[in-house]
Amino acid sequence: MESRILVREAPFDQQAEYELLRGSGSSVGAIVTFVGRVRDINDDDTVEALHLEHYPGMTEKELAGILHEAAERWPIISATVIHRVGDLVPGDEIVFVGIASRHRGDAFSACEFVMDFLKTRATFWKKEKTDLGDRWLTTRQSDVEAARSWRSDQP
Amino acid sequence: MASVVFFASIREDLGTDRVSLDIEEGMRVSELIDALAASNGPEWGEILKAGNIKVAVNQELVSADVALAPQDEVAFFPPVTGG
Repeated sequence: MESRILVREAPFDQQAEYELLRGSGSSVGAIVTFVGRVRDINDDDTVEALHLEHYPGMTEKELAGILHEAAERWPIISATVIHRVGDLVPGDEIVFVGIASRHRGDAFSACEFVMDFLKTRATFWKKEKTDLGDRWLTTRQSDVEAARSWRSDQP
Repeated sequence: MASVVFFASIREDLGTDRVSLDIEEGMRVSELIDALAASNGPEWGEILKAGNIKVAVNQELVSADVALAPQDEVAFFPPVTGG
């Protein structure tokens, strides 16, 4: 598996990232990409801005570990994870996950797996600036359960 | 010297992102917290012993009260919220 892991402030170019995945070989029959964006409403409150902090070094290691686990489950040809940090506003694209594989089933599953574990393991923290003040986000139980469900679901 | 680093709400609650201190070979994470509370104030103990806090040693998450080494990097942070 070729992997590309980037944690940075700069935005990403979806088309360029797609082209990189597409270029990873003629055996690539399926490319699934996911883009996460900053919402303008969270828990019924208006979000004005978002600050993202991370643990440099550990974040990249965790993301590499998640891709490695995904590659043990599905035959991934190429994988990309890009996560932005710093100051973002609603509508900004915050995370990109792209998986290239021979078949769509593997690419769909691996992409969802990577996102589910990114949410619960990768060392990022969001602080929202809302109309009610600043607040650190807390882990959603639904995210914990989404990651946990993969443990008992070997394909 | 070992480095102890703090992130997100923990960093804000403590008012610092990093401290350096001498760690004796074999010192446990819980003993490190006690040492930090002794030199920085009892509120450090309360913050670092909160139930949902995560601990990483040399950038690997640990779940038990592991033994440390003198050059370790120990991190305390809240549950992650990326994506």
